Amino acid sequence: MAHDATALGAGLTPGLRGIGSDWAGDKQTFHVPWGKAMMWIFLLSDTFIFTCFLTGYMHVRASTRIPWPNPSEVFALSFGGEPIPLILIAIMTFILITSSGTMAMAVNMGYRGHRAKTASLMLMTAALGAMFVGMQAFEWTKLIIDEGVRPWSNPMGAPQFGAVFFMITGFHGLHVSIGVIYLTTVAMKVLRGDYKKRGYEIVEITGLYWHFVDLVWVFIFAFFYLW
Amino acid sequence: MAYAAIADRDQEHHLHDPQTFITKYIWSQDHKVIAIQYAMTAIAVGLFAMGLSIMMRLQLGFPDSFSLISPEEYYQYVTLHGMIMVIYLLTALFLGGFGNYLIPLMCGARDMVFPYMNMLSYWVYLLSVLVLMASFFIPDGPTGAGWTLYPPQAITSGTPGSGGGIVVMLVSLALFIVAFTMGGLNYVTTVLQARTRGMTLMRMPLSVWGIFVATILGLLAFPALLVAAVMMLLDRLIGTSFFMPEMLLMGVQSEHAGGSPILFQHLFWFFGHPEVYIVALPAFGMVSDILATHARRNIFGYRMMVWAIIAIGALSFVVWAHHMYVSGMNPYFGFFFATTTLIIAVPTALKVYNWVLTLWRGDLHLNVPMLFAIGFIFTFTHGGLTGLFLGNVTVDLPLSDTYFVVGHFHMVMGVSPVLVLFAAIYHWYPKITGRMFNDTLGKLHFWLTLLGTYSIYLPMHYLGFLGVPRRYYANGVTDFIPESVQTMNAGITIAALVVAASQMIFLFNMVWSLFKGEKASSNPWNATTLEWQTPETPPAHGNWGDKLPEVHRWAYDYSVPGEEHDFLPQTEPVHTGAIVHRDLEDFKE
Ligand code: HEM
Ligand SMILES: [Cu+2]
Repeated sequence: MAHDATALGAGLTPGLRGIGSDWAGDKQTFHVPWGKAMMWIFLLSDTFIFTCFLTGYMHVRASTRIPWPNPSEVFALSFGGEPIPLILIAIMTFILITSSGTMAMAVNMGYRGHRAKTASLMLMTAALGAMFVGMQAFEWTKLIIDEGVRPWSNPMGAPQFGAVFFMITGFHGLHVSIGVIYLTTVAMKVLRGDYKKRGYEIVEITGLYWHFVDLVWVFIFAFFYLW
Repeated sequence: MAYAAIADRDQEHHLHDPQTFITKYIWSQDHKVIAIQYAMTAIAVGLFAMGLSIMMRLQLGFPDSFSLISPEEYYQYVTLHGMIMVIYLLTALFLGGFGNYLIPLMCGARDMVFPYMNMLSYWVYLLSVLVLMASFFIPDGPTGAGWTLYPPQAITSGTPGSGGGIVVMLVSLALFIVAFTMGGLNYVTTVLQARTRGMTLMRMPLSVWGIFVATILGLLAFPALLVAAVMMLLDRLIGTSFFMPEMLLMGVQSEHAGGSPILFQHLFWFFGHPEVYIVALPAFGMVSDILATHARRNIFGYRMMVWAIIAIGALSFVVWAHHMYVSGMNPYFGFFFATTTLIIAVPTALKVYNWVLTLWRGDLHLNVPMLFAIGFIFTFTHGGLTGLFLGNVTVDLPLSDTYFVVGHFHMVMGVSPVLVLFAAIYHWYPKITGRMFNDTLGKLHFWLTLLGTYSIYLPMHYLGFLGVPRRYYANGVTDFIPESVQTMNAGITIAALVVAASQMIFLFNMVWSLFKGEKASSNPWNATTLEWQTPETPPAHGNWGDKLPEVHRWAYDYSVPGEEHDFLPQTEPVHTGAIVHRDLEDFKE
């Protein structure tokens, strides 16, 4: 496909230089649809947003003089009187990672052209995402109502704890919520047969976004709950 | 994966053709119309920001004769002047304006890859401008925090606009970032994925390279500003303390505690320094093409120029703290950032040498775009050299926050990019409008602008050596500032008035030529790049008629020995027996 004689030396020149000229070849640099290329670039930009949030968090945490609350105590849930550290967050993480699995299956089904299966797997992914956001809402409520944590203050120590927590998990939760809407929309269109002619690349593009949101969660989890 | 590049698809790929006036010129998805919308808006706010600077200059030059503005207003004008010039004028005009216009035309595409998003980009940009302007109509007016918006002062009560102004400013910036991202994703994807047959990356004109790399910088740098804006909004609106330390304000303990103002500076400059290159790289690229065309010479060291753009872009992410030498950093940090700053001067200097070598023994046509381009070499070299001073910690300490800095950054990122913008506007005007501009008025505009800006900013370096501080409403009586400084300030103000007035010549020329200018031929400069080879001038919707152009050579075949014409358009096939061109040779070895 697609490489004619005008693509200078593409595929002909060996070694590093060959790779270079192939990459710089005419028409397109990556053999992927426009939407996918654009999603990758967008995610790179979004990575920088989350990196800035997380480095900001680390800076604030390192520079405040008031002690930081102990996450395994703050994020514990009691069942029958026994506090289990990080249990809610473990379940949330599990749900999100499962949703990446269903998403990957949706992409697979999409390329095989099973419309109904693709759409239902995507809707399942969206449902898991919605569950995640629901549990996050529960966690927020618990922190705000039961523990009295506020963005500007925090009975357990540094006020920045609340500020950073609500800001970063909020921003991530927003990403998940947007993802849920995005997934649902695309799933409906898949079901309606909108992509019969154009192909199901869109499912993969949606999937890229979704996996990214999951990956970011892993970092938030590590830096926020395990540090 | 059965995915065909656009250049390989059947040509029936139709853009939806706009029918009504509204879809054609207002809600347009055509990259050329969007480019013009971006450019008009940017120039309009730019003129407004110039107006603000004139108000400041009148105050500084003749403090006793005028009572036009109060000290609070001075702060607000400095802030808005700086912010508008850097973001809403230069970034928007280079990327939203020229990026939009040139990328599809120079790469041989029919439009940007996602025209609808491209249209949204403009409208969100317009919204961000309107929001910014709205800050003049709220009770305490726009923010006076300085364009760097440093906390804690940006949001504490002594600063003008710390109530509503700063909020409006941050919201407007966030909107701008959204607009930029929608446009930027389009520019990058178009360059990467939608070039025409034969247009390899290493055959792209340097204009496209500059805009492309600058856009990538923007996509990676604006996130830091967005994050800083979000955090500051939270500090201001709901009382978090990201950036706010414990403080006494007028003897009262503030409600904030434990935050880090330095964090803001890091985030701001992680954006702020690449921002300088977001403005500079497109200017580098465009000036290269303009110089080559009007000197009838191939650009000297094309490959080096491309790699220099990439190297500068990469390095620009590791120099940010040279803006923070006086903020209280670990001395080793200062050492590190001074080193990287001086390293970035190497590829930059290389570019300057290559421009000069391009002119060397060229057949110089000193027409208006060329004059502005040559003017740029002067002002940029000048501003770059003073940058080396400021990049060294020990030299920067006494000069920081003086007029030396004001002189430096106006030379390097005020005047220089603006000169390129003028060069570019004059250069592409015949293509954009189909008319020629008036040459005499153009030359008058050039000389007044070049000499005028030099008379504004050269003396400022001297004021800086004397220790005159920047961002001051009036100097008052001090031991270290002699009387004569006031005379110099008055002179600078007169020069500023002349420069401002000469921009009216430019505006008049643009509007007058639009109606009365001579009809332009499709390629009045005998240039090689694709945008000059379109079937119609100005190019029609879809740019290329029924068939995309095919590219056979690099963009700089001027005065090729043994050829009949002194230029060979990129679409000209390589005939047998001809001299094998540079870029082909590179692949043989
Ligand atoms: C007609 C041309 C211009 C004149 C007369 C002018 C004049 C001034 C003046 C008087 C100040 C305030 C200095 C102080 O009190 O510290 C200033 C600041 C500034 N100008 Fe310009 N300027 C012009 C064009 C530009 C351009 C094209 C840029 C684009 C980069 C620019 C960027 C800035 C910035 C970033 C500041 C600093 C604002 C701050 O301190 O927060 N200016 N200018
Ligand atoms: Cu810098």
